[in-house]
Amino acid sequence: MNRSLKLIVEALLFSSDRPLSPKEIRSWIPEATVSEVTSALQELVEEYEHLGRSFAIKEVAGGYQFRTHPMFAPFILSMLKTTPSRLSRAALETLAIVAYKQPILRQEIERLRGVDVGGILRSLMEKGLIRIVGRKNLPGRPLIYGTTKKFLEVFGLKDLNSLPKLKEIKELAGHEQETHQEKEDQESESKEAPIPSLSGPDNRPG
Amino acid sequence: MDYQVKLEIFEGPLDLLLHLIHKNEVDIFDIPIATITDQYLEYLDMMRALNVTVATDFLVMASTLVHIKSKMLLPDYEQGTDEEDPRVEITRPLLEYMNLKSAAEELAEREILQKDVFTRPLDRTLLDEVSKEGPEVEANIFQLITAFRRIIEEEQYETRLKIEAARWSVKEKTAYLVALLREKRSVYFREIFEGQLTISELIVTFLALLELVRAGMVRVFQPTQDRDIRLEAKFENQDDNNE
Repeated sequence: MNRSLKLIVEALLFSSDRPLSPKEIRSWIPEATVSEVTSALQELVEEYEHLGRSFAIKEVAGGYQFRTHPMFAPFILSMLKTTPSRLSRAALETLAIVAYKQPILRQEIERLRGVDVGGILRSLMEKGLIRIVGRKNLPGRPLIYGTTKKFLEVFGLKDLNSLPKLKEIKELAGHEQETHQEKEDQESESKEAPIPSLSGPDNRPG
Repeated sequence: MDYQVKLEIFEGPLDLLLHLIHKNEVDIFDIPIATITDQYLEYLDMMRALNVTVATDFLVMASTLVHIKSKMLLPDYEQGTDEEDPRVEITRPLLEYMNLKSAAEELAEREILQKDVFTRPLDRTLLDEVSKEGPEVEANIFQLITAFRRIIEEEQYETRLKIEAARWSVKEKTAYLVALLREKRSVYFREIFEGQLTISELIVTFLALLELVRAGMVRVFQPTQDRDIRLEAKFENQDDNNE
């Protein structure tokens, strides 16, 4: 059973065009349990990783999916005769704000970016990366935005918790406390404070 | 002719401020507010000179900077009292902005679907045909006529043709079809002609069917080209409702 279950799961993943969750998979294999399916999935993930093929099973958006290795993107793109649609820097920044601060109002996004984001929000919604999750109980009932499942799929994220952590914000909070408590240390402290580099790495390989 | 130019580089006031801070290689926690304010205002002047519309966001930031600069000059701050550093007003949003900028960069560096990584596509147009048991294609008038001709030819009614007075009316046959469909709900095209002996009767029945189709009381469809046409009642059975 164990071996055949793994093969069934593999066949399902192979023929699916979207990530499949262990729960979903179990619903099609009534005699298996969710934990059996999960362990079959994990075995498959490891096996494909070690096979060294051009594709592997990746965990995205709460499910598992066969995905090609990024190394082969140029060839696939020329086969598909397309260029990937690029998100502008402004769109990416807005998307990052929604992703990290959701649920969030447009007004709050604009305060963080310092510019109007109406058009960008619309185009992100058209791309299916963000959605309206509700309305805030404030005058004018403003819309609340959040990211979609597609956002997780596009950026290859398991779930929202696997977004890379915003380290610096915590360090800023720490710094502010120090400003209040020990003013003398402020100077030396601030020189060590990390400044995220906006340019590429300075040192090139010799 | 005036040209309006949008400078893409500085999308907002925070963007411009960050640029000035990096250009001057100053510490974000100890911004030389006078220098930065001067440069900021210079840039706004330049934008105006280039006939670039300066967004109000830029002006708001300009006034904030000037306000901070004036606060810094007040003796209160210089004597190092408990007053909070007035620059916090811009440091905090700047840091937050920098963090989100780096978050955006991290997102951009991820393996992005349909750009870096690809999945297996599925042709759902093919799937639909398999999942439904025989797709139902609405039959048109030509398919009906073809089917009707086939019935006439198959049964060789010509040999049995008799000359007789018109005994069948379309009204009568309509009533017959409605009764048949009320009972069975769905019948094969062939079935409605069963037991009919003459061409004139067949034709009248066929005309009655066309009337019903036109009235929208019967749905006519053909699973595949060579399969028999099916008729389906589209009216409610009043008897059923009463029960």
